[in-house]
This record gives sequence, structure tokens and C-alpha cells, in this order.
Amino acid sequence: MHHLAPIRVLLRVEEAVDAGLVDEPRVVTLCAMCYNTLKRANHLYRNDADKRRVIESIMEKESRPYGGKAEVIHLLQLLKEVGWEKVSERVEKPLEGLKIAPYYGCLLLRPRGFGIDDPEEPRIMESLIEALGGEVVDIPFKSRCCGAYHTVFMKEEAAELSYKILRQASEMGADLIALSCPLCMFNMADRKSLIERLFRDFKGIPVLYFTQLMALAFGLEEEAHLDENNPDPRPLLRERGLWR
Amino acid sequence: MPLGSGETLRLGEELKPFRERVKELSGEDVGLCYQCGACSSGCPLTDEMDLLPSTVMRLVQLGVEDVLNSKTIWICSSCFTCQVRCPRGIDVANVMEALRQLVLRRRYDRVSIDILTQEELRELPQIALVSCQRKLTG
Repeated sequence: MHHLAPIRVLLRVEEAVDAGLVDEPRVVTLCAMCYNTLKRANHLYRNDADKRRVIESIMEKESRPYGGKAEVIHLLQLLKEVGWEKVSERVEKPLEGLKIAPYYGCLLLRPRGFGIDDPEEPRIMESLIEALGGEVVDIPFKSRCCGAYHTVFMKEEAAELSYKILRQASEMGADLIALSCPLCMFNMADRKSLIERLFRDFKGIPVLYFTQLMALAFGLEEEAHLDENNPDPRPLLRERGLWR
Repeated sequence: MPLGSGETLRLGEELKPFRERVKELSGEDVGLCYQCGACSSGCPLTDEMDLLPSTVMRLVQLGVEDVLNSKTIWICSSCFTCQVRCPRGIDVANVMEALRQLVLRRRYDRVSIDILTQEELRELPQIALVSCQRKLTG
């Protein structure tokens, strides 16, 4: 039963409304995979009567059935809704001169109908980077698969996919890559030493969550946790006058 | 008949149930595929596959159950690039998922995390282990 866990999460959202904790049954995700899983399970529950019956039948111990009312959105969508100008107003340290390649991967954009933006020509992360004062580097592989879970049993093959994305960003002059998905982060950053072993020409390029760039631009240096990234983006940021 | 033997394939009545089962599980009408190859050209993992995604589609159309022995169905990472680009509106990744399910439901596991070392288990994030097991074990 693949859809039970996400539907239970969505029921918690409705319960939060029942309890008066929130006004609207909306849930915001940071992780691309959480977004995709919740959104697709929600769609199935609403539109596939068979699946809904099965899920309901094994959720009988819940306080009530899930009403299908929860809306799943990604933080980037919420930011767009708030407005890029409002985001800009919060910027204390514009990311001036910083060349950033947005990387969407798969789960923010596909399947068609479930993404946060156009699956082939997304603009949402570009808009955020511009609002933060950074310069967008548009790489063709921005929505190509990073290798995903193949990093478990086919790690070299997965590393090759990530390497191609990283290399393209480097070659196109990006200083760093911005992304949202923790599995992409693992494949592109934590697998750095494997990529270096497999591809001798590889030059590392820092990979940051888009939220870290927001923290940096908003002047929240501590909260950016840039000490956790590999390679360390701080020397480069120091060069650009964006780090102490 | 072995795949790629070059012999003419005939779509017999006895082969139809397989095609129907794939349709039932995936909800996709593979009959719509006209072999343009957009799925194969956009697929980032064809280097690792024994059959191109469009070939898998053709074999399912023809009801060739032997396609379940193909490496391709396990290599597909469900990135859905094919789904976005198919001019016939077929969710090819969904068909791959149905083919995996047909095998996994026979109590087959493609992988076992038991063979991973302690060191590997420590470094791998849950998101990798969970999604891997979700796709490759029954």
C-alpha cells in the first residue's frame, strides 16, 4: 500500500484545520520528493475510487476519513504567491555577481500536471535567484535526472549522471548550483569523492539548497549552515564579498 | 522467442492478456504508441538499458511477456521525462512501473539491502534507501 503514508499526512493537515491551528488545509513542503509523493497520492485519492476505497478501509482507526481537501504546495510556489518583490524587499545582502545555475531535477517538474512550473521551461527558481540579486546561469541539464536512488546499487552509473550536470554547470560559468531535493544534494555533493575518482577532469562546484541562498541574501549567515556543504562555498563567497 | 532474434512477431490471441494486464495496472493505452522514439531520445539512462524504452513499448503492444526479463524496466528511474515528451500522451514511466509490479508481485526482489556494508548504510540517506526499496522490491 504505497499511498497510505502520504494520505495519513494529508489527513493530519485537515485535522489541523479542525483543531483551529491553521485556517486553510494547505501543506508546504521543502523536499521535492515529499512534494511529489504527497501531491500524486492526493490526486489518486481524489480521482481513483478504487484506490480511495482500499486506503479508507485500512485507515479505519483514524479519527475520521481524509476528506481530500488538503492542498500540497512547494515552498517555491509559496514564495511566488507572496511575490518576488516582497522577497526582494527582505534582501540585505544582494547576491551580486554570483552566477547561480538553478537545478530542478525531476520531482519538482514532472510528471506533467504535477509540477510547480512548466516541465520544459521552468522559471520559478530563476525568479527567486533574480529576486535575491543573483545572476542566473541557464543550463540545459537543469531538469535531467541526477541518478536518484540508483546511488544505492548502481552508484557509479548514478555518479556519472550527476557528474554530467555538475560539469555542464561549471563549463557554462556557474559559480554554484541551487537545488531543492535532498536526494539530488546527496548525489551531487556527498558523492563528490566518488565522482572525482571516476572522472579525473572533474572540478568541484558548490551545491546549495535554494533556502541557503535565501538565508545568505537575507543576512542570516548562521542559519545558512554553509559549513555543511561540500565543496565549501565560503571561500568563493568571501572572494565576492558575500561572506565575512 | 528470444528478444532481438529478428524473427517476425505475430500478435496472437494468446498474447493479449499480457498487454491487457499492463493496461489495467498502468492505466496507459500502449496501443497509442506510434514508435516516434521521443521517449528513448530523452531518456537519461539508455546507456545502461538493454532495450530502448520505445522498444519496450513495442514489445508490450505485441504482447511479448518476455519483456519482463529486460534490464530496462529496472534501470528506469521514473524521472518522467518520457511522460512529458510523448506526443501520444502515454505515461511511459507508468508503463515501466506496471512492468516492474508484474515481476515484483511474484515475490521477487530486484535488490536486497542486506548486501550493503555498514559503512554504506551509514552514508546513504533514508531518501535513497526508501525510494530504492519502493521501486525495486516487492
